[in-house]
Amino acid sequence: MYVAVKGGERAIENAHGWLAEARRGDATVPDLAVDQIREQLALAVDRVMAEGSLYDPDLAALALKQARGDVVEAVFLIRAFRTTLPRFGASAPLDTGAAQIIRRISATYKDAPGGQVLGPTFDYTHRLLDFGLAESATPAPAPEAPSSLGAVPHILSHLGEEGLIQPEREGGAEVPDLTRAPLEFPASRPLRLQALARGDEGFLLSLAYSTQRGYGRNHAFIGELRIGHVRVSAYLPELGFEIDFAEILLTECETVNQFQGSKSEPAQFTRGYGLVFGQSERKAISMALVDRALRTRELGEDTGSAPAQDEEFVLSHCDNIQSSGFLEHIKLPHYVDFQAELELIRKLRRRAMPEAAQ
Amino acid sequence: MTPLLRVEGLSKSYGTHPGCRDVNFTLWPGEVMGIVGESGSGKSTLLNCLAGHLAPDTGKVIFDTRERGPRDTVTMRESERRWLARTDWAFVHQNPRDGLRMAVSAGGNVGERLMAVGARHYGDIRAQAEDWLGRVEIDAGRMDERPRAFSGGMQQRLQIARNLVTGPRLIFMDEPTGGLDVSVQARLLDLLRGLVRRLGLSAVIVTHDLAVVRLLADRLMVMKDGHVVEEGLTDQVLDDPQHPYTQLLVSSVLQV
Amino acid sequence: MTQYNFAYLDEATKRMLRRAILKAVAIPGYQVPFSSREMPMPYGWGTGGVQVTAACLVPEDTLKVIDQGADDTTNAVSIRKFFARVAGIATTEATARASVIQTRHRIPETPLAAGQILVFQVPIPEPLRFLEPRETETRTMHALEDYGLMQVRLYEDIARHGEIARAYAYPVRVEGRYVMDPSPIPKFDNPKLHMSPALQLFGAGRECRIYALPPFTRVESLDFDDYPFTPSKAAGQACAICGAADSYLDEVITDDAGGRMFVCSDTEYCSSRAASQQGDAA
Repeated sequence: MYVAVKGGERAIENAHGWLAEARRGDATVPDLAVDQIREQLALAVDRVMAEGSLYDPDLAALALKQARGDVVEAVFLIRAFRTTLPRFGASAPLDTGAAQIIRRISATYKDAPGGQVLGPTFDYTHRLLDFGLAESATPAPAPEAPSSLGAVPHILSHLGEEGLIQPEREGGAEVPDLTRAPLEFPASRPLRLQALARGDEGFLLSLAYSTQRGYGRNHAFIGELRIGHVRVSAYLPELGFEIDFAEILLTECETVNQFQGSKSEPAQFTRGYGLVFGQSERKAISMALVDRALRTRELGEDTGSAPAQDEEFVLSHCDNIQSSGFLEHIKLPHYVDFQAELELIRKLRRRAMPEAAQ
Repeated sequence: MTPLLRVEGLSKSYGTHPGCRDVNFTLWPGEVMGIVGESGSGKSTLLNCLAGHLAPDTGKVIFDTRERGPRDTVTMRESERRWLARTDWAFVHQNPRDGLRMAVSAGGNVGERLMAVGARHYGDIRAQAEDWLGRVEIDAGRMDERPRAFSGGMQQRLQIARNLVTGPRLIFMDEPTGGLDVSVQARLLDLLRGLVRRLGLSAVIVTHDLAVVRLLADRLMVMKDGHVVEEGLTDQVLDDPQHPYTQLLVSSVLQV
Repeated sequence: MTQYNFAYLDEATKRMLRRAILKAVAIPGYQVPFSSREMPMPYGWGTGGVQVTAACLVPEDTLKVIDQGADDTTNAVSIRKFFARVAGIATTEATARASVIQTRHRIPETPLAAGQILVFQVPIPEPLRFLEPRETETRTMHALEDYGLMQVRLYEDIARHGEIARAYAYPVRVEGRYVMDPSPIPKFDNPKLHMSPALQLFGAGRECRIYALPPFTRVESLDFDDYPFTPSKAAGQACAICGAADSYLDEVITDDAGGRMFVCSDTEYCSSRAASQQGDAA
């Protein structure tokens, strides 16, 4: 007699045992330490922090280890952990203008107060495999200039003084929180930026690229790209004043975009904005381009409806935990639905070709 | 008699661009009003304000509803306006693609309005769709085809059938013969005239083609730069234009 | 697992969920937006159902979890274990003994009773989604009861196939008002939604929506007067194990020669019938 397949429970346990073994790999190779990941795979750690929406390099490194280097899986681990954390309050707005800069470039001004700082960048490296890295090696220390940098003003503030760039509106006192309230459309710009900041880098990159290729073109200059350490502070009602409680590395990108003017506004430059945890400049630039594309309606631009300009399309699909979960759920059994389809197709075929059905 | 539609002080602007300004007119049951003017004159803006597609800046659009008598459609609730749009009103777009569901069969296109107002008998819906396809001279055998496969003239006739199936009292038409060949235009106009007269429909037709209004419209409004510059019986306006712009319009047609 | 709150979610989150559930119960069939949390299982794997279950559970509850009608499919096992671990509640496979049942794609064959809660996992809560991709537009359509397009879709099916070609996730109208997606249950299960004495809750985690059918709610499957809805299943078959002719059947391929048989998709219903038959025989 037929016996239905059983033993799902044991199968799951055994599969997870195998996973743990595969994660470790060849046991004769030394185990990877979490601090090695944090220090030497720092950009992967940064991406996990950014898309996981949790600034904690140690946890992000641990997640990467547990996820066998699968970044989206590591982001998922961080997100699931993040939901269980208590929420004490919101920080004061960050002053990125006061950042301790490690990199700062502008494509709009050759020189500006504070200068251009290349920092630790892949730009201008020749992408040649460095076989020397196959051996353990410590590079010679890089030459250092005396740190002259205090606070470096944002480059776009110079355009602002002339009124050439649209001033940003003051946000309301109440900061919307995507993780505490459902996303509803139309979304405000702060909410859009929140969604983009945790959105998938690859998705935003492709969308940003599509605007450059003409699907919602809004020709962007990098007004400023800065990477630096920023103090995080919060107002504590018990103390009656603000205290600093962390210093985090951020990448910020401001683009300068053309704007032809509309019925109510004279022509002026407008801004796209990107802000991401860690050193993640590809993501920050992408975010700024997509942010600007999503402003097309508010600016009254008559540019049609390219994917990157479509708020519902972009925000509904940018989260890689939502998208990968839903994509992969089709691995789950669908016996019942498939059975229903099977019966339907048989019935329709019987109707269409009575003779062939026999 | 109560007018079917009364428009009072209707204005709509797009920033510096005027749209239409301070339009007033009355449409009586069974009457066909033509609105002519060159592109940019504000005639399409006016039509879209009348049909509830655009919210006017100021003014009233008072429609004589079946249940509750004259009501201002500008201030009524969206749900009521949508109900009117699928019962008492019809809207024929210049481009049939804007007025049809291209992925739905011809029968489904005609049946949609019936289903939207509660029809739930497949056989009856189909019979009515077939009847209407016949009235607009589309072969019943093509009922299950999608409009993609139809010629431009057929698509336009399908759009008309889809609109008239629920027995509307007021039909808005935006350049209904716009993209069609001359011979196809003539056939469509003939069909439209027959339907309008037989069903006692009231209509507002926007066009730049004076031949269309000559054939269909009882009365005529001439628009320029958002204003109505002349209004009167169609024959009167076309045969004895008073406003210099109307004179220019009429003479330019006669020269052709 | 002491570092987690009862049923995993913190109390503030559960309160938020309960508010959404209460609103959903108050407006049957209406999709209430809620602030879905990231759960330790992926979106699309029952996060909506898990959050609703977590908000409903009390320590005295007995939980049953099924997927495809079966208690022992991998995802059902995984979710049941999750709640046994983070809530320490009793679990069961017996439909009649459960106070809360979380399900994916089926309604149990054993009729539900007053006091039971059935929680559905929902992938796409919007029944109009594949007709209109825009949320802003579909919400307007619901608000204005603008459902003609839905009926057109069914009309097209009949015109093309001679019948309504929808086998699962078959749309329903709730109390003559909202059109609702019953989740991807086979249409065979649709009649069980109607006038059920149990509370039926629907959770869509990724899409941040909760909706509900309070007990004894009128639920009608959309159809035409002359093409009435029929809850169908494998034609003329009975379960090869328990002989049931009234249950939903899965088709099982038994050999390489195309041999096949049909067995109950509801494993608990099937095994309890088979056990009582053996008892009768003994």
